[in-house]
Amino acid sequence: MAHAPREIIVANSLGFQYVGAKKAAILGIDLSIKENEFILLTGPSGCGKTSLCRCLNGLIPNFYQGEWTGELHVDGLSVTTQLTSELSRKVGYVFQNPENQLFALTVEKDIAFGPENLGLTREEIRQRVDEAMSVTGTLPLKDLAPYELSGGQQQRVALAGVLAMKPSVIVLDEPTSFLDPRTAEDVMRAVDDLRKELGLTIVVVEHRLDLVARYAERIIVMDEGKIVADGNLEETLDEKFDLLEGLGVGVPRVSLLWTMLRGDGLVSGKVPTHVESAASSLGRMMNH
Amino acid sequence: MIALEKVSFTYRSGQRALQDIDLNIDGGDFIAIMGENGAGKTTLAKHLNGLLRPSEGRVLVDGEDTRKVSVARLSRKVGLVFQNPDHLLFSETVKDEVAFGLKNFGFTPEVVDKQVTRTLEALGLSEYSETSPFLLSGGERKRVALAAILATEPDYLILDEPTIGQDYRQKERLRNFILQLYSQGKAVVMITHDVEFVAESNPKVILLSQGRIVARGQADSVLSKDELVKKASLVRPQMSRLFSELTKYGLPGDVVDVHRARLLLEEKLSEVKVRVP
Amino acid sequence: MSLRTLEGFKFSTLKTPVHLLDPRTKFLIVIAVVVPALLFANIYVMIALLLSQVPLLVLGRVARRWALSLRAGVFLSALIFVVNLFTGSYLSAIALTLRFLVLLTSFSLFFMTTSPDDLGLALDRIGAVRWLSRKWLGYPNALSFTFTTAVRLVPTLAVDAQTVVDAQRSRGLELDKGNLLKRVRNYIPILIPLLLIAIRRSLELAEALESRGFPGKEGRTSLFQLRLRPVDYAIIAFSLVVIVASFWIFFHYKIPVL
Repeated sequence: MAHAPREIIVANSLGFQYVGAKKAAILGIDLSIKENEFILLTGPSGCGKTSLCRCLNGLIPNFYQGEWTGELHVDGLSVTTQLTSELSRKVGYVFQNPENQLFALTVEKDIAFGPENLGLTREEIRQRVDEAMSVTGTLPLKDLAPYELSGGQQQRVALAGVLAMKPSVIVLDEPTSFLDPRTAEDVMRAVDDLRKELGLTIVVVEHRLDLVARYAERIIVMDEGKIVADGNLEETLDEKFDLLEGLGVGVPRVSLLWTMLRGDGLVSGKVPTHVESAASSLGRMMNH
Repeated sequence: MIALEKVSFTYRSGQRALQDIDLNIDGGDFIAIMGENGAGKTTLAKHLNGLLRPSEGRVLVDGEDTRKVSVARLSRKVGLVFQNPDHLLFSETVKDEVAFGLKNFGFTPEVVDKQVTRTLEALGLSEYSETSPFLLSGGERKRVALAAILATEPDYLILDEPTIGQDYRQKERLRNFILQLYSQGKAVVMITHDVEFVAESNPKVILLSQGRIVARGQADSVLSKDELVKKASLVRPQMSRLFSELTKYGLPGDVVDVHRARLLLEEKLSEVKVRVP
Repeated sequence: MSLRTLEGFKFSTLKTPVHLLDPRTKFLIVIAVVVPALLFANIYVMIALLLSQVPLLVLGRVARRWALSLRAGVFLSALIFVVNLFTGSYLSAIALTLRFLVLLTSFSLFFMTTSPDDLGLALDRIGAVRWLSRKWLGYPNALSFTFTTAVRLVPTLAVDAQTVVDAQRSRGLELDKGNLLKRVRNYIPILIPLLLIAIRRSLELAEALESRGFPGKEGRTSLFQLRLRPVDYAIIAFSLVVIVASFWIFFHYKIPVL
């Protein structure tokens, strides 16, 4: 028996201005994210994407001081009334720099760190750590020191550490910036696999759309602290292509190619978002 | 010209980082050094200004052997911009920061001032001249770091991962700036794993894997070869992957750049349209 | 003093009999070396203390790195020797220099074979530390955690330090030229970026830890626990004997320098 996916993140007129900042980092954010969605959050540098992410797990307002307006509820919890330590049970956060989020001397101890903060019994912690390692393929790394690992391995360990908290949402803020392209693709695929397997909701911040386009169904574009586009990835790329390009968003090259050819009147149809769909669309055009 | 002759390098820990590297960098060259993390790219970069000296072979910068010359002296000709600007910034103002290298090289205060003003203008940083570099955003700090190295007008500019964390617009600006530089006769060497950026800039590509050069050639020929690209833990540019699927329609397979792709497809699709009345 | 000295204090993840000892045991070994080293200024005692640690260094497979750090500590040893030549006899200068080396070795051995995590676990068990921690920082584990995190960051910052030196040298900075004043000033472009990077890393780390529930309302449960084994008890007993005997001898006899 299927049930309608519930709203897991709801924001109403959410705004935040950092202490000492001249203007708000985010303003008037209205957002509704449903369970199990894969969301791509993007926009030019300084548009507020990271600030929005920080609100989702309570780093704003607990870690970063400033003025908060509006409301934000995540998996039933109101962000303004809960500490980050409570919210961390619902929302996991993977940071851009793999090295600075791992700190224990072995992978196993690092993954155990999160659950150790939750007041669980030793057996429960053990179980969560084992599960997290198995599902991210990091079991073979368990006795290695984090600084001995490659960037890709480090991000997997970071993911495992987050999964051990058993969150319902995972936010990843440019998680592949420091990784080489092949590793970046592996990490993204792993994230999507986990989403499907564990029913997670995923929010990825990324400049390079082509990396995530294959997995994200929905895109949210921000500019100057506001949401300027929010919808299905394909449709948004199709209908709002000029807006995105104008903002300097890294639209996939195949999408750019298609819109140029469409402008010339040589192709018709929806803008493809990744290579496979572009290839089949172009193939169709050729076979006329 | 910077000439690397059969350069090999082993770290004190015994780890062999470079093996038999033969490479020439001339003025006006635009080169991208690519490879997986740990392939030896940064190690190679550090050989170009003498920070590291080869265990075997030698590096000649305009005829001078790097083992016989100080880093300070080589830095006058070879500007190395490190990946993380925070490793460089320490001054009270952006102006002072950019002046640092000039002062170290012994230029007179008048020359220093002039160069600082010029460089800040060229990089769009004039408005921040009196600002503390630490108050600037990440992208702006990266530009300040670049300005600090460019101010002394090195003949060879080495950029270590200049595109990480940058949004598309910032990358565009960087690309244009690089084009400007090498059209002035400077040599620009970019260490990067940003395949799309390289595809759109079309430099000469040197592919490193496990300390060895495994391929060299123009971007469109190197980046469209799957086995090579895989070896270096890279991914072929979107255009290349797309055109692999389209070779059955008689299109070439070595396309990496969007604009060339467009022209080729315009031709092909116009043909098709003609056939269909 | 070069960065190589730091190598002699860096923990390496090995599984030797020494590494597997409880950190409290190892700390007691340090005390058992430090007490006689400080109570007596006798050259034979110093040599004995130094030599007694060698088997531990070998068993712990850290002997090579210890030797390297000693070499780097030569400058400071020479300084101590010279200063003491002026304030005492030739023999006492030797004894005191040896004392420095004994202490250096003892701490070096401790830090090379004790993981910061285990250190933290050990500190957590000490009531005084927990009390202090709760008073100052609000949580019983905070103090030990702060300490162990600082220790963990040291190797990372060492790499950063090298990068900063490389980056500034690439701008023409010459660290080995000029008079003393100039040389000191030349370290400003090294220290400022390093300081800021350290702060930035700490903040990023703090963010990441808070995002994983630290410090937690109910206090932390450790997955791993410290356990004292028979060999620990044996060594603890032996160390206590040494400490007590040292004090007894100190109060009953006067031991000359040679």
